[in-house]
Amino acid sequence: MIALARSIGIRLGQAIGLLLAVVVIVFLLIQIAPGDAALYLAGEQGVGDAEFLAKIRADYGLDQPLLVQLGTYVGNVAQLDLGESTYFSQPVLGLILERLVATVLLAGAALLFSVTIGVALGVFTARRPESPASHGVTVMSLVGFATPVFWLALMFIVVFAAKWGILPVGGIEDVRYEGGWFGETIDTLQHLVLPAISLGIIYLAIYSRLARASMLEVLESDYIRTARAKGAHERVVVYKHALRNGIIPVVTAAGLQIGNLLSGALLVEFVFAWPGIGRLMITSIFRRDSPMVVGIVIFSAAMVIIANLLTDLVYRFIDPRIRVGGSR
Amino acid sequence: MTDLGIAIDSSTETGGRGAFRMFLRNKAAVAGLVVFTFIVLVTIFGPGIYGVEAHKMAAGPFLGPGDDAGPLLGTDYLGRDILAGVITGGRTTLFVAAVAGTMAMGLGLVVGSLAGYFGGWIDALLMRFTEIFQAMPSLLFSLVLIYLMGPGTWKETLAIGLTLWALPARLTRAEFLRVREMEFVKASRAIGSNDLRIMTRTILPNAMPPLLVAATLLVVIAILFHAGLAFLGMVDINTISWGSIMGKNRNYTLTAWWTVAFPGIAIVITGLSIALIGDGLQDAFNPKLRGR
Repeated sequence: MIALARSIGIRLGQAIGLLLAVVVIVFLLIQIAPGDAALYLAGEQGVGDAEFLAKIRADYGLDQPLLVQLGTYVGNVAQLDLGESTYFSQPVLGLILERLVATVLLAGAALLFSVTIGVALGVFTARRPESPASHGVTVMSLVGFATPVFWLALMFIVVFAAKWGILPVGGIEDVRYEGGWFGETIDTLQHLVLPAISLGIIYLAIYSRLARASMLEVLESDYIRTARAKGAHERVVVYKHALRNGIIPVVTAAGLQIGNLLSGALLVEFVFAWPGIGRLMITSIFRRDSPMVVGIVIFSAAMVIIANLLTDLVYRFIDPRIRVGGSR
Repeated sequence: MTDLGIAIDSSTETGGRGAFRMFLRNKAAVAGLVVFTFIVLVTIFGPGIYGVEAHKMAAGPFLGPGDDAGPLLGTDYLGRDILAGVITGGRTTLFVAAVAGTMAMGLGLVVGSLAGYFGGWIDALLMRFTEIFQAMPSLLFSLVLIYLMGPGTWKETLAIGLTLWALPARLTRAEFLRVREMEFVKASRAIGSNDLRIMTRTILPNAMPPLLVAATLLVVIAILFHAGLAFLGMVDINTISWGSIMGKNRNYTLTAWWTVAFPGIAIVITGLSIALIGDGLQDAFNPKLRGR
């Protein structure tokens, strides 16, 4: 138990160090980028004389040495201060948190959809390796890998929303709707279906093939033969003994893919006008709202790092043999 | 699908020629190669042969595919020929993807081989550095790079290349770690080869197969990346690419589905053909993984 707490502690320390490094890299990138922040801020105010520029430099600490600026910046981030949006004139973190639920809902639904259906398909086809369904999984995984997620989203809108009219085209809720929380939940879920499936289907293609390959390998192993030899029911062999090992590569991939999932969510949010962090990122870029853009990148990196930590914990739960964390 | 006798026979062959023969026996991989070659030829010679300028008005707006008055794949909201757009746009997309993929592969090779070959603190340092770039969601990171550098084809290429190198770096490191301990590497060291020679002449050729497969995947990812960035309108607006055609016509998707559908289909077919080549290479280099 102490060993477990200790290894989790070490992983936690590594995660914090990693996040710190991300903050430093992002800070340095902004310094390298061409352009003078003071000039830009002065331009926004419509004043450009030397005195005003000096005042801006003093106000924003731009006259300080680079290392002092870096220290201040890291210190602020450590106190959960990501600065203030130049467009909204509100703290960046608050604006991100307002939109976090929508992104987590979308990414979570897509992840759940892709992992559960993917594993189910993988197990089904691993038991029938030469069946048409099995070859279908291979082909679908390659097609899914090559398909732009935003294009799939648009095609879904054309078919399901415009042609058949069975699902909403975009947004997270119907503003015309008035009713109780139950009706509102149903309404939001209806809006969630197409974005989540467009995002999830790409990963479904990848995970089903991964699950199939992994299950094929596990089903050939000695301990499965032993389990069969002792007369265990085939269902017990597959779902109890084999699945527990077979699912590990899928969990690994899903954990490592969180960053890509967020990238995909950004495109899907853009297409479906889904009010999440990704859409905020794109609109902030067009508004040249630098604190917002930088804040979102740091925040998403934190999300990825936390997701990787959670994956490590899930490992321990699935596979008791993994005691010391960190082998990826 | 697999004739067991042939599989065993081929897997005992060593070296590139055996792998090449295995690749040629894989119908899907050969089909991928043929289709991909065709697409590359079309993007190079197509615009000249087809002769319609992609950014000029060719007919009335919103003509559907197969409409007698318009071109084969229809026209967009400004009456531009979609087929001409797809043919011309492929140039930008494929060029950026190829250069960005090569850039990422090169960076990854350097970082990964140094880390895997020298180990110790060099490895620890380089891998921590790699992790920083893996923690940032790649599309967001390349968006920030373009935001900081401004649009332009070369800058976009750089922004994609700088985001995708972590994957090949980790893979190269793993391969170098594996090959480093083999007998022939020790032999090479014993006859006095220096580090650079061992890395490039002894280890690299033996680490190549999985890296070649990764390179094909990287190009597909780079195509999708560029398409996504162009779709979002983050790239040079004067350059036609598959992604930018879709981005510009996004608001008309419901009335003119073909303006978005065909550039996307072009991406899927291109990506699939490259992925099939990668899959064929994988099977050829590692017959044990066949059909997995």
